Amino acid sequence: MEIIKGIGVSPGVVICSAVVLDAEDYRIPHRTVPPGETRAEVQRLRKAFLDATQEVSNLQVAQAELWDSKIKDIFAVHLHFLRDRSLRRQITDLITKEKYSAEYAVSVILKNVARHFSQAPDVYISERASDIYDIERRLLRHLIGERREDLRHLADSVVVVAHDLTPTETAGFDQSHIKGIATDAGGRTSHTAIVARSLGIPAVVALGDVTELVNPGDTIIVDGNRGTVVVNPDQTTVEEYEKFAAAIIEHGHELDEVVRLPAVTTDGVDIALLGNIEFPYEAEMVLSKGGDGVGLYRTEFLYLAAAAEPTEEDHFRAYMDTIRTVEDRPITIRTMDLGADKFTQEKAPVPERNPFLGLRSIRYCLQNLSIFKTQIRAILRASAHGNVKIMFPLITSLMELRQAKWVLADVKEDLEEQQIAFDENIPVGIMIETPAAALIAEELADEVDFFSIGTNDLIQYTLAVDRVNERVASLYSPAHPAVLNLVNQVVKAANRAKIEVSLCGEMASEPEYTALLLGMGFKTLSLALPMIPEIKKIIRSVSISDCHRLARKALSLDTDTQIISLLRQELHKILKIEY
Amino acid sequence: MQPSPTQDCNTAERTVEIRNPEGLHMRPAMQFVDCANLYRSKVTVWKDSQSVDGKSIMQVTTLIAIQGTQLTIRASGPDAEAAVAALAEVIESVNNETSD
Repeated sequence: MEIIKGIGVSPGVVICSAVVLDAEDYRIPHRTVPPGETRAEVQRLRKAFLDATQEVSNLQVAQAELWDSKIKDIFAVHLHFLRDRSLRRQITDLITKEKYSAEYAVSVILKNVARHFSQAPDVYISERASDIYDIERRLLRHLIGERREDLRHLADSVVVVAHDLTPTETAGFDQSHIKGIATDAGGRTSHTAIVARSLGIPAVVALGDVTELVNPGDTIIVDGNRGTVVVNPDQTTVEEYEKFAAAIIEHGHELDEVVRLPAVTTDGVDIALLGNIEFPYEAEMVLSKGGDGVGLYRTEFLYLAAAAEPTEEDHFRAYMDTIRTVEDRPITIRTMDLGADKFTQEKAPVPERNPFLGLRSIRYCLQNLSIFKTQIRAILRASAHGNVKIMFPLITSLMELRQAKWVLADVKEDLEEQQIAFDENIPVGIMIETPAAALIAEELADEVDFFSIGTNDLIQYTLAVDRVNERVASLYSPAHPAVLNLVNQVVKAANRAKIEVSLCGEMASEPEYTALLLGMGFKTLSLALPMIPEIKKIIRSVSISDCHRLARKALSLDTDTQIISLLRQELHKILKIEY
Repeated sequence: MQPSPTQDCNTAERTVEIRNPEGLHMRPAMQFVDCANLYRSKVTVWKDSQSVDGKSIMQVTTLIAIQGTQLTIRASGPDAEAAVAALAEVIESVNNETSD
């Protein structure tokens, strides 16, 4: 039995058998298979060799005319190695004799060959080590790709164990069978965390080396409440966790009762609880969880899911699907917020050295107007059919906001000319997610209809912490006085200008912060869907006057540890369950 | 019936020197292996006391035959003579290759 501590990013407890996803870009852990499975493992290897050979042959044929002889040589090298019986025999031997997984056996043998090459005194040979690594990655991609494919058609419930999960991987999940997630890397706001919360399954991230400690088929406990993972638990531990899981489920039933009730404080102040969604189908869950609309529609999925750039119709269809579900409730659509990912990086002439400070989000859109206008047209067209608001992300200056609004005005004009219907008074808002925007919130407030504070990025940029880097993730704290001061300033600026302000970062779905946020003056929160009932329950148990008092006290403290412990104490008074 | 040794189990052997400044690098190694695979005989390549399977690209390249290396090509099987002759010719043509 092994207990590993990480960060719990989605609540709940599950005891289940594990599926391990290796990543071809990371070191493949030493993994063995049970004796009875070596034959199947050899078969997987055979198939990977065949598929990889086929793939290279196809590339060679399809692109024969495009490339010079050097590149053709590379294909030839790959094919020669992939067809090398002696190579395959060595790998097969490791599987049958040492019981290595196919992935690990491939990695061991090819790394040996590459190492041998790279130590050669002759550069013509030492440089070929990179070819060998290429071949290794190609084989691993086939082996791992097939494992990923398996996650689409699961027969039993599993917990997915991986280094980190990408949107492409999670998009293919067979949701009905995936009961939990445990990853080496990631943080509270990483993609894995967001997906887990939207599926409502427990997840623990930043576990360091969970992929090395877990073998496929191991029993694993994922405790998303306490941020722990137990590998191969003993009987006592299993019983203990079964009890805990039952208590959580019971608490869940209690929460079911608040779903249909309004989010109103004990002293009668109405709070709007909206949902953050990424896919149109999630809109249904907004309603079933008792949400009042969509406060943040993330549209990046449209760009990442398909190979081609989404068309205006792709956008329009997704927005209309959402509108049909939420009817006349508000939907805030955020324009494309990509950067530091495949979509923009593949198009970049050279990879950006620091993509988080690079050409991302609104900056990317303002430099790629046709992509931007396509999306805006679709949002405007959808606005004729529902209560749609448009929101620009990552604004850092007035000029940027004005530019974005000019583009919006431009597209409106086009639609008018073409006599296509849209809401002329569509509310325009911005995300406040940079310290710059927070500090000029008063000026910005004069030119927009609403603010939505994106705390994930605001914290990252204020504290200079990469939120997905597990080595500094502990420095990432919403309770840092610098962050709370910025948030407070933004609320004040919005109130002064009499525009709406909401908070849509992960902070909104963390129970510790609810009373504080109400005390700071938020009347609207937009959050991860599964957390809506929980947060609603807290809202229904507090009075605004108590919240004001709490906020004043929190803002007077000097360190995030003091603030966090104050908030936790308060939460314990409000509710009596462990977080 | 066992094949008679005189017919089917000839052995042949020849020692060649790599004179190409780039050594037996990837492209000629592929030519060598391709050639070896055309024959039924078992082909081994010796460098000092190290021997490898002449039909495996992985093994031939791991010999790291740089300029000045002496390689002994040994074949055993029905077409051993022809195999060794052809393989020696591959090395010869590599040696004469003008570096591009």
